[in-house]
Amino acid sequence: MLRSSSSERGALWRNPAVRALVIQALLLLGLAALIVMLVTNTLANLEARGITTGLGFLQERAGFSIPQSLIAYSGDSTYGRTFVVGLLNTLLVSGLGIVAATVIGFAVGISRLSSNWLLARLAAAYVEIFRNIPLLVQILFWYFAVLQALPSPRQSLSLFEALFLNVRGLVMPAPVAQPGFDATLWALALAVAVVVGLTLYARHLQARTGRALPVYRLGALILIGLPLAVFLATGRPLAWDVPALAGFNFKGGVTIIPELMALWLALSIYTASFIAEIVRSGIQSVPSGQVEAARAISLPGNITLRKIVIPQAMRVIVPQLTSQYLNLIKNSSLATAIGYPDLVAVFAGTTLNQTGQAIEIIAMTMAVYLLISLVVSALMNLYNARTLMKER
Amino acid sequence: MAEMATRIEMIEARRPPDLRRGVLGWLRANLFDGPLNSVITLCVLAVLGWGLWPLVQWALIDADWLGSTREACSGEGACWVFISARFETIVYGFYPEAARWRVDAVFMMLGLLIAWLAIPRLPAKRWVGLFALVGFPAVAYVLLLGGHFGLMAVPTREWGGLMLTLTVAVVGIVGSLPLGVVLALGRRSQMPLVRGVCVVFIEFWRGVPLITVLFMASVMLPLFVPAEVEFDKLLRALIGIMFFWSAYMAEVVRGGLQAIPKGQEEAAKALGLGYWRRMGLVVLPQALKLVIPGIVNTFISLFKDTSLVLIIGLFDLLAIIRSGLTDSNWLGFATEGYVFAALMFWIFCFSMSRYSQHIERRLHTGHRN
Repeated sequence: MLRSSSSERGALWRNPAVRALVIQALLLLGLAALIVMLVTNTLANLEARGITTGLGFLQERAGFSIPQSLIAYSGDSTYGRTFVVGLLNTLLVSGLGIVAATVIGFAVGISRLSSNWLLARLAAAYVEIFRNIPLLVQILFWYFAVLQALPSPRQSLSLFEALFLNVRGLVMPAPVAQPGFDATLWALALAVAVVVGLTLYARHLQARTGRALPVYRLGALILIGLPLAVFLATGRPLAWDVPALAGFNFKGGVTIIPELMALWLALSIYTASFIAEIVRSGIQSVPSGQVEAARAISLPGNITLRKIVIPQAMRVIVPQLTSQYLNLIKNSSLATAIGYPDLVAVFAGTTLNQTGQAIEIIAMTMAVYLLISLVVSALMNLYNARTLMKER
Repeated sequence: MAEMATRIEMIEARRPPDLRRGVLGWLRANLFDGPLNSVITLCVLAVLGWGLWPLVQWALIDADWLGSTREACSGEGACWVFISARFETIVYGFYPEAARWRVDAVFMMLGLLIAWLAIPRLPAKRWVGLFALVGFPAVAYVLLLGGHFGLMAVPTREWGGLMLTLTVAVVGIVGSLPLGVVLALGRRSQMPLVRGVCVVFIEFWRGVPLITVLFMASVMLPLFVPAEVEFDKLLRALIGIMFFWSAYMAEVVRGGLQAIPKGQEEAAKALGLGYWRRMGLVVLPQALKLVIPGIVNTFISLFKDTSLVLIIGLFDLLAIIRSGLTDSNWLGFATEGYVFAALMFWIFCFSMSRYSQHIERRLHTGHRN
């Protein structure tokens, strides 16, 4: 016999749908109360300390200099420009770090699978040593123990009298474009376009006829040959600004400041140890039957690697690799410990100390990192969707 | 009848098979297997000889070990006197000397608890684990902070060194694991609001660097609470670290929850178990066991990142060593200082990672797909 639920005591409370509603309403109430409390407290505190809120401070004069900036910047620039300089410096060290960490990581990861016992052990030791030491210790080590121990500019270590390494950084010759160099850049752009077209055509051709074009060789030839030919034809319009010792420091060339070098070294070496493990597990995740099957149809070794092993390994490697890249970008904020002028150091550090706009500055800094994370994750999802195993 | 093949002359003796055993055979198979491998081996040996030997010479052979002042350093190799002279500070920070037995007691208790939980054969894991999560923090709190039971009060600004590093790590671990479990359950909840709050919370903390979280904890948290509430600097950092790592922990636990077949929960539901009992008795025990390696790996990351508290002005192991480098009596020992710091962190992290691998092998029941 069915009884109506309302006639029974407590039945309403036992109804899962009602209970879910009540719980969520309570959660919403709690959250709203928390937010109201935080906002009122913060407003009261800000008023008591005489801090005005808003983003108006971004237009004010910063008044401090930054040792490295990719765009024009001086003490007279605004805090808004400080933010951009910091962001660009963060992106610079992250980009450099990602490239170096990938190269080292793949080399070490593949070495770990080498049949050479010594090489495999060396790679394993690399991984175990560097991933178990905090990144901050490594950054401080490279900066204070290694780079600060280098000789003064007058006693620089030099390579071919063009590269100079000293306590103030690495000084390199800088290329200076002469009039007419634009033609080479245009040629390079054209070459890239041609190679992209060629790749698409080759894929189309192979799908239709089965004939494979030597894309790699042709592509490399076009990519290097075309700009080089134009460069030589226009009379080599490129000069080198070679650094020279003048007084106590070098004049000319470009200088990589030691802060950037230390951060770059530490970030690449640390992240590479994680990438190496990812690469190893990725390659090992390809079932051995795949390689055996390729051998059974007598595919040559390099094609087995390129068409069978790598595409399947990449499916495992790329998602984890992306999260390592994100970690590297976030870890680059440790720059502040050695004074590399990244976003956190110049904006959440110096600017915050000078203006006291804690909430706006921290929120903006966090928003930048969140945005980078979201963009990279979105790209990752796109890649995942494209490379997903097509199963019936 | 087929004619039998017969042979009248002796078969010529054949060469013995390739040497595949013994030291020489091993060398040939693993190091000099073809020209390419031989070249690689020689290159690696050259690199090791060129890089490793000077390191050994610097760190061990030419090093100075004994003494208590700078004069003991000969300057040829590493001068470990720099470390041994300030070893007490490195371990206890500025903790008053008379009360250091309390730190020792907490260290000892922690060591015993970890050993008990890590050695599989010891009984009563559940009760010891419960004590480690509830009883031990309370005892450690009373012992370290003092101010009760006639113990001298030691404010947290006098804490430092290895003791502070371990405190931050243990509080971070004990705090972030339960919070992470709750967040992971919330993320899989049927209720859209609960799920939404958990997703936003997790993705927010995972998207920002820990340094900005620590900055936020040190400059923004005081603005969030009424002016009369005084927040301890260490407590602020701990809150930041706990929230930050609970998000990572939640993702690890979620991986475990997803791996448990749906039938488990449905069966528990059929038995009439409510949500918390279904989770606590059926799903979570299986899921957590599955992700122990992931949890330990998160612990390792957490432990390494405790060093970041030096940026907001706390004197952890690294910061104490670093501040020793600016001592005018001991200038120029940056290498020794950072190598020692690296070694200390390495020992902790490496043993944790070995334990995680060991657990992984033990839990690996043999079926893989």
